[in-house]
Amino acid sequence: MAQNLKETILNPILKGNPITVLVLGICSALAVTVQLKGALVMALSVIVVTGVSSLICSLLRNTIPNRVRIIVQLVVVAMMVILVDQILKAGEGTYAIDKQLSVYIGLIITNCIVMGRIEAFALGNKPIPSLLDGLANGVGYGLILVIVAFFRELLGSGTLFGLQVLPSGYIPNNLVILPPFALILLGCIIWVHRAIDKDLQEN
Amino acid sequence: MEYISLFVKSIFVDNMIFAYFLGMCSYLAVSKNVKTANGLGLAVIFVLLCTLPINWVLNTFVLQPGALKWLGPQFAEVDLSFLSFIVFIAVIAAFVQLVEMIVEKFLPSLYSSLGIYLPLIAVNCAILGGSLFMQQRDFTGIGEPLVYALGSGIGWYLAIVALAAIREKLGYSNVPKPLKGIGITFITVGLMGMAFMTFMGIQL
Repeated sequence: MAQNLKETILNPILKGNPITVLVLGICSALAVTVQLKGALVMALSVIVVTGVSSLICSLLRNTIPNRVRIIVQLVVVAMMVILVDQILKAGEGTYAIDKQLSVYIGLIITNCIVMGRIEAFALGNKPIPSLLDGLANGVGYGLILVIVAFFRELLGSGTLFGLQVLPSGYIPNNLVILPPFALILLGCIIWVHRAIDKDLQEN
Repeated sequence: MEYISLFVKSIFVDNMIFAYFLGMCSYLAVSKNVKTANGLGLAVIFVLLCTLPINWVLNTFVLQPGALKWLGPQFAEVDLSFLSFIVFIAVIAAFVQLVEMIVEKFLPSLYSSLGIYLPLIAVNCAILGGSLFMQQRDFTGIGEPLVYALGSGIGWYLAIVALAAIREKLGYSNVPKPLKGIGITFITVGLMGMAFMTFMGIQL
């Protein structure tokens, strides 16, 4: 059991990372990574939403009729996202970040990771492993988000968390801030990941 | 004139894929060949075209701050906008289910070619994203959300068909092993996005 739990937690972070291996939840991963701060808030929101909605759906798994399960799942997830959104709006320091993330907080509802984990794991497992699985997948997602945001903020504005890091003579590369570069950067991360872990390569 | 400008803008400048990354999951998963990409693209246009005006009506007459004024003066202060996520997604999920049943009943040939992609659309970010952008943009009148829905749907359709065509050809090229499959696809989409950026700043 302990071995199993460890597997549940570690697998989504490395071997079965939701972004680089399963290619789920790409939309928000790319759009919110211009700055590290926004990416971190987004990552935390997704961790909370995946964890708690997996837990709730797992508790309900024996009472949800199979035919309407998608709508029930959507309602649970939407409720969690509304809670997160309202909390972000209420916080003094987080209100500005909520404005900056704009529609992407709302789009956590349709983030495939959340629905995917509920469908694939929470509906067939006990509540505690489901909670851990949801949290671990959120962490795996957040990790990639933070890596992409690190490079984009460093090269695009020469700062990290808004603090100047590179010497002031550095001319910011504006291409890095634009959307297409996020895709190319993610392509390169996948490249590195698969070069290290040869099992993941496609034929 | 305004409509044409909004239409062209939503296809090229504010392209759902290249500018906002919406609907990326199914975009990458279903773009392996042109035929299925074509089917999914058309389904997305259709669902966007139907759900966006419905959500606009709900937003204007129920959810916005002060939207319930038509019920009586005592409702003028009511602000239900915190409910918008759940209302929008419920409309989309219900609508997709409805379309699926209608198509299955009356157009079985279309259903068999689209079948699996229809339910997928309920969780396509492009659809919910369209409704959320509509809420931010304060459209006036039912015309603008309709044109916006059509434009962004066509933009998504163009993007997925173009990527599918490139990926069909990509199968013959010699890509480094770790980059094969999804890695090279990301870089291709990035390059396509750069090409689409040349439309930026177009004014009609």
